[in-house]
Amino acid sequence: MAVADQPRPMASNPIVAALKDALGTALVALGLAVPILALRTEQNMANELVLQPRWGYVGVAVVGAFVARLFYLIVAAAPKRTRPVAAPGAPGVMGRAFAVGGLIVLVLYPVLALAVTGQAGAVKWIDNFGIQIMIYVMLGWGLNIVVGLAGLLDLGYVAFYAVGAYSMALLTQNFGLSFWICLPLAGILAAFWGVLLGFPVLRLRGDYLAIVTLAFGEIIRLVLINWVPVTGGYAGISGIPRPTFFGLPFNASDEGFAAFFGLEFTPLYRTVFLFYVILALALLTNWVTLRLRRLPVGRAWEALREDEIACRSLGINTTNTKLTAFAIGAGFAGFAGSFFAARQGFISPESFTFLESAVVVAIVVLGGMGSQLGVAIAAIAMIGGTEILRELEWLKHIFGADFEPTQYRMLLFGLGMVILMVWRPRGLIATRQPSIFLKERRAIRSDLVGEGRA
Amino acid sequence: MEYFLQQFINGVTLGSIYGLIAIGYTMVFGIIGMVNFAHGDVFMLSTFIALIFLLLLTQVLGIGSLAVALFIVLILGMLLTSLWAWAIERLAYRPLRGSFRLAPLISAIGMSIFLSNLVQVTQGPRNKPVPSMLSDVITVREGANYAVTLSYKQILIVVVTIALLAVFWYVVQKTALGRAQRACEQDRRMAALLGIDVDRTISLTFVLGAALAAVAGLLFMVYYGVVHFNDGFVPGIKAFTAAVLGGIGSLPGAVLGGLLIGLIETLWSAYFSIDYKDVATFSILAITLIFLPSGLLGKPEVEKV
Repeated sequence: MAVADQPRPMASNPIVAALKDALGTALVALGLAVPILALRTEQNMANELVLQPRWGYVGVAVVGAFVARLFYLIVAAAPKRTRPVAAPGAPGVMGRAFAVGGLIVLVLYPVLALAVTGQAGAVKWIDNFGIQIMIYVMLGWGLNIVVGLAGLLDLGYVAFYAVGAYSMALLTQNFGLSFWICLPLAGILAAFWGVLLGFPVLRLRGDYLAIVTLAFGEIIRLVLINWVPVTGGYAGISGIPRPTFFGLPFNASDEGFAAFFGLEFTPLYRTVFLFYVILALALLTNWVTLRLRRLPVGRAWEALREDEIACRSLGINTTNTKLTAFAIGAGFAGFAGSFFAARQGFISPESFTFLESAVVVAIVVLGGMGSQLGVAIAAIAMIGGTEILRELEWLKHIFGADFEPTQYRMLLFGLGMVILMVWRPRGLIATRQPSIFLKERRAIRSDLVGEGRA
Repeated sequence: MEYFLQQFINGVTLGSIYGLIAIGYTMVFGIIGMVNFAHGDVFMLSTFIALIFLLLLTQVLGIGSLAVALFIVLILGMLLTSLWAWAIERLAYRPLRGSFRLAPLISAIGMSIFLSNLVQVTQGPRNKPVPSMLSDVITVREGANYAVTLSYKQILIVVVTIALLAVFWYVVQKTALGRAQRACEQDRRMAALLGIDVDRTISLTFVLGAALAAVAGLLFMVYYGVVHFNDGFVPGIKAFTAAVLGGIGSLPGAVLGGLLIGLIETLWSAYFSIDYKDVATFSILAITLIFLPSGLLGKPEVEKV
């Protein structure tokens, strides 16, 4: 090993020391795995719990931990290359090229999917991947206003998503309004709720703010479950009308979109249309955020994130600044929620659990708080990565027929969150571009950016 | 009156369990200022560890005496749950110490998702009914049409809680370990200068919190007779509420908060609406944080510019 030339007083032989260390790790892994992995509780015919031993899994875990620790020690012992600090300068050229390229790919995505997988496969690829990821990109960008710019950690963001979705469902069902009228209404209602819930929590900071927003999110979900006459409780609301193309519904009837243009009916048109709707909504979110950053209110958000006391002493109205961040972020969640309701045609409280909030927060933080491109990349990686597990049917040939890759989806998601956080605590894109600068435009390291303490 | 007394007994029992979990939150927050989001799931994990060892001892090894079995399960559960908490701290939190404040919180949320899904994958998503035990009751008071009862389970829970809190109090107040822990809580850098191994002390804080959570896990399993992989989140939030209500960072506060939350939840369910009992807890959490952020027994946080 390369470490041999660095004398260590503790270990006479570094290889023996590394092996001992790895053995210790394997022992810990054994202790961790024994209760949970080794014995599975199953109900037998008489409804009694019995134990099924599965020592093979424990063996895999222990050997895996041993090898991983040894590998880690070898990598850590190798002489470190001093990585040159990226010279700040000419920022944004790469980023801009990347963003433009990404946008072109997104616009052409349905065409690409159609060309690669054919008509039958394209619906799945556009719906499961395209639309699903774009919803999270939009939620991530919306939350980025609150967390990334204003530095207010909101763990109850899904509440506003739920308000948007239920507004859409209730307005269309009870008043017969169309998708295009309900969309702005849902956004406004969600923004209103943002102000309403934002108001009492204004004086809280950091973790406390996060926990209170979490509590509000859960309260809204519990009310949705228990207020059965209005929300339908666990059963949810179904039969939400789908969006129309300037009044043309996407169905097989004579007034439908396909018949009007003299095309053969397929469900593909609606999927492609929905994809472009959510793409447009997400880009609107991005555009508004980028413009707001350059407005006084956006600068006030970022100033607030850096130092609330300094802000107040400069005469910035922190109450209004925080409330606008909450309201605008919530409004975009409302848009996304109403789109979600119209796309699914059915909503229930199941879709608005704390886990969804955690996923969106994870996307924002892992993307690098405040970086629009980073959020988009994180959403594609985290949501696309877990969605792709649905497609790994070939794994059944390796692990046996009862192996179900999708049940490991959230397991891997949680693990991915921890690993990414430990590996890059500042997120994937760890540079920021100040929107105001002296003399020349340059990127700065995000360690220098405030921490979201406010 | 009898009805109230019965609900009071039930509330104290539930509150003891919340109090035991809340200590884990309050100690970790006190020492590193972090909301250990995964603590609720460590508690859930401990209910499964308790269940599995109970089945192992009674079915496979055939130990006839329930008391002996429960005692062995308690010791093993405390050890293995502590090992889990130690490993989690080592892998997911320690590398992020000194990083920006949100980093450990996000890592903890990831760990919480990981733990609940790990148990779901390895133990299956169904409810696990535990063989019922200790369900005999003592009639405390015979009312006109309502008898107040106290079950052996409830006695066990309250007695074990009091005994362990006494041991725990002794450890924190009287031993070198406890002194190191309190010193790190006051000023980590100064404690390090005085020769205290801060990393080790923080690890031990996690281990102590997890050991108490494991006790709560065993008692929870005995009391409710069913365990589920999703049982970490809501009890975790309630215990956190208890810690906040009592004043985060304060150990007596955590126990007091636990008892109050247990009582409020039980009485709310008994007199108002059982559907909205979690709403009541979450509202208390929000109201406490907004109007009384330092809790009942906590020290107010002074902001320095």
